[in-house]
Amino acid sequence: MTIRNLWKNLKKKEEPDRAPGADRGTDRTMVNLAYLVVAVFIAMIVYEGWFLAVRREDTINNSYNARLDGFAERVVRGKIAASDGTVLAETLVSEDGAETRSYPYGSLYAHVVGYSTMGRTGLEDLAHFYLLSSHVNLVEHTLRELMGEKNMGDTVVTTLDAGLQQTASDALGDRRGAVVVLEPDTGKVLAMVSKPGFDPNTLAENWNSLVSPDNTSAQLLNRATQGLYPPGSTFKTAVLLEYIREHPDDYNDFQFDCDGYYEDGGYTIQCYHGNAHGTQTLKEAFANSCNGAFAYIGSQLDAGRMAETAKQLLFNCDMPIALPYTGSSFAMEKDADQWERLQTGIGQGKTQITPLHNALLAAAAANGGTLMKPYLIDHIENAGGDRIRSFQPAAYGSLMTAEEAAVLTEMMTEVVQSGTASAVKSDLYTAAAKTGSAEFEAGRDTHAWFIGFAPAEDPELAVSVIVEEGGSGGGAAAPIARQLFDTYFSR
Amino acid sequence: MINLSEFNQNMIQNILHVYVSWTRYLLFLVMAFYTYLNFRYFSVDEQKKNRICGRQIRLMLLLHLIAGSVICLNTLDPAVVVLWVMQAVFFLCFIFVYRSFYPGASRLLLNNMCMFLCVGFIMLTRLNYDRAVRQFIIAAVSSVFCLIIPMIIDRVRFLRRIPWFYGGVGILLLGAVCIAGNTSFGAQLSLDIGVFSVQPSEFVKILYVFFTAAMLSRSTEFKNIAVTTAAAALHVLILVLSKDLGSALIFFLAYLFMLYAATSDLRWMGAGLLSGGLAATAAYRLFTHVQSRVLAWRDPWSDIDNRGYQITQSLFAIGTGSWFGLGLYEGMPRKIPVVEKDFIFAAISEELGALFALCVLLICLGCFLQFVLIAGQIRDMFYKLTAFGLGTVYIVQVFLTVGGVIKFIPSTGVTLPLVSYGGSSVLSTFILFNVIQGIYLMTRETDADAADGVRQG
Repeated sequence: MTIRNLWKNLKKKEEPDRAPGADRGTDRTMVNLAYLVVAVFIAMIVYEGWFLAVRREDTINNSYNARLDGFAERVVRGKIAASDGTVLAETLVSEDGAETRSYPYGSLYAHVVGYSTMGRTGLEDLAHFYLLSSHVNLVEHTLRELMGEKNMGDTVVTTLDAGLQQTASDALGDRRGAVVVLEPDTGKVLAMVSKPGFDPNTLAENWNSLVSPDNTSAQLLNRATQGLYPPGSTFKTAVLLEYIREHPDDYNDFQFDCDGYYEDGGYTIQCYHGNAHGTQTLKEAFANSCNGAFAYIGSQLDAGRMAETAKQLLFNCDMPIALPYTGSSFAMEKDADQWERLQTGIGQGKTQITPLHNALLAAAAANGGTLMKPYLIDHIENAGGDRIRSFQPAAYGSLMTAEEAAVLTEMMTEVVQSGTASAVKSDLYTAAAKTGSAEFEAGRDTHAWFIGFAPAEDPELAVSVIVEEGGSGGGAAAPIARQLFDTYFSR
Repeated sequence: MINLSEFNQNMIQNILHVYVSWTRYLLFLVMAFYTYLNFRYFSVDEQKKNRICGRQIRLMLLLHLIAGSVICLNTLDPAVVVLWVMQAVFFLCFIFVYRSFYPGASRLLLNNMCMFLCVGFIMLTRLNYDRAVRQFIIAAVSSVFCLIIPMIIDRVRFLRRIPWFYGGVGILLLGAVCIAGNTSFGAQLSLDIGVFSVQPSEFVKILYVFFTAAMLSRSTEFKNIAVTTAAAALHVLILVLSKDLGSALIFFLAYLFMLYAATSDLRWMGAGLLSGGLAATAAYRLFTHVQSRVLAWRDPWSDIDNRGYQITQSLFAIGTGSWFGLGLYEGMPRKIPVVEKDFIFAAISEELGALFALCVLLICLGCFLQFVLIAGQIRDMFYKLTAFGLGTVYIVQVFLTVGGVIKFIPSTGVTLPLVSYGGSSVLSTFILFNVIQGIYLMTRETDADAADGVRQG
């Protein structure tokens, strides 16, 4: 009403008796310009509302925002829980009010949950704002403040599956490496393990030795998101995808004679332990991880298009995850020499990837080509267990077509049925996978890789495993995946 | 054993904290009601208008009182209490004296001036007591000094006849700043005169509007417009060379709006926007400080330590404060560089809430609309364009500062009139409002004359 009257007032000037002659045009123009100004201000107010309603939490949950630390004076940092409610981190308040952050599972969740005592990492950093926000009811809130007591912060319920996390950690044992388990159709991170780990409960005491330059174990590094490794034969999935794209109609006609060594232009590529695979179709070459065949394919590919495909598969790109990560790299360019082409074809050379990235590629293939953004926070509860906010799955985009994903699934299933990933062959489920044994330094054992998903028909789990210097992917990494699949599908 | 005095001390702290967290809702309610009345004003008759304005004064004083109680309890400093009482007395005296001098003045504009000052006093006292005292003195002196302005506007008849005086003085002052000015945040803004540091562009703004109004009210023939445009462009050019981008934009848009209003010819607007766009592109290419402002706006997060620091701190403040704010003294507005001047809006938003801050914004918009109304009511082209031009200068400045603070547009470093700290800014805004008041008095007189005419006829 009010506003309309205001406009009526403004418009009065258009009445001829009030403003005769040339003024009339001026008055009308002024009113139009005033409309313009009002429109701009409304846009600005809407923008501000959008910022507060949508962008606010992500914006202020930033380590540069000192205001959040002020919250800690009034709020007890909330709990972090696994999806089944298992408490992964909580703050214990002693009688004299001293607070200790406790991690009941010690090193088990050290990287993904992180710590908040010596700086912040992992979920402790991601969820800092939620943990220091309190949604206990207003009356209780006020009463506690009057009494000078702190209110209890909200609980962050993660997507982590306590059983899978435990299995992954046990299966990896004392070996260095990382495991990532995703739910392909949502992007939920079900498990994320990095070894060697550290105990966040005793972080302060051990800090100096952990960050000492003499320490070569890099326990604080989350290898799952920050460890860069040559992908080895797991990269053959990408090369295979590119080959299918370049030969959409006749890729099934591919044939290669493998005698254990492939020579080209003075260079030699060796199959694993020099095994001769004999005559190979594309599917067989992939299942047996025949280096000769894929080095040959690498030499034949259109390097420019291969770089495009690699980019589509998130190499040299930002990863859609909120945790700190190291970007994967694919370096082969159009004018690459023969050696680089051969090497790239089998996932060696300059190509580097993180375990998380490899898990995302498996998840995308499992989900019909569409990558769901990986996420770690399922929902936020107040201290009383009432749900405050839920996070929904979101698609990142399509990495490959559904048809291409189907072909990859078929090929990867064969790897399990008759190839290098027979360790995950089970009556309980049909898995699809690719193994890798990545050379990284002459004279040292290869890194063992496994990526895959199950059940192949309707995937529920996507897994990426790396065991540093573990030897062959099929021998060292696939059994870890096997334990994960068995744990999950025998529930 | 419980230490009793310590217990009491803690209890007081706790009660104060709860009091602060509840007063922010109260402050918002008072502000929201004031803002509502500000718009309600336009749809009621004369008698009710008076009642609304009286109510607004009481709300403003209530706001001042509530916020004052929080500030006094937090600082427990007698000097703050004294300042607070003096401010309240000042508001009452100012309104009383002004209305005795000019019974016909617009009460709404008068109230809004006081409300802006009041919000500014609250935030400045909380941020920096010394600056709050200085701001108070500046406001008090300005209010007395400016009492004469409406009369000058009303009585002095040759104002329209000296465009080149306005233009000449303006260009000389801007030129002096450009050559001999002090540098602050990479721009030449101020001149030292004795102990004072003056920002001439704040005053040249007003001269410039007078210049443009005087020129364009004479004729809108091409030759006249060309000459006027050249002189206006010179103003803008000097400001750009001084790296005072905010003022340059204000001057440019004010001219464009006035030219369009005077001619009602969309082609001028188009030509102006086109040349403005070209000039902006050129400035972006030529000047690194323009580029860095734009980059800081597009992605402040990638350079959060340097270029993006100010705007990200501002967004943290606004975001953490959320709709209702953290309460006075509960936030960290001093983390934001230049918070008392260019970024006061973020401080208001952080501690008093985004809704409160948006009310301030709406009152600014209300002032602009009233300026346009007054421009529409006066028949004389010179005063019409003056009122409209000053309104444009005012609202563009509000847009630049608020838009910059909330990252709607790149930050240009201008003040929020009457709310931000700054002597030149406060005095020039006082002058601006009083010129409008003078023009408003003229519309009332002509209305009265017309009414007399009807009665006699």
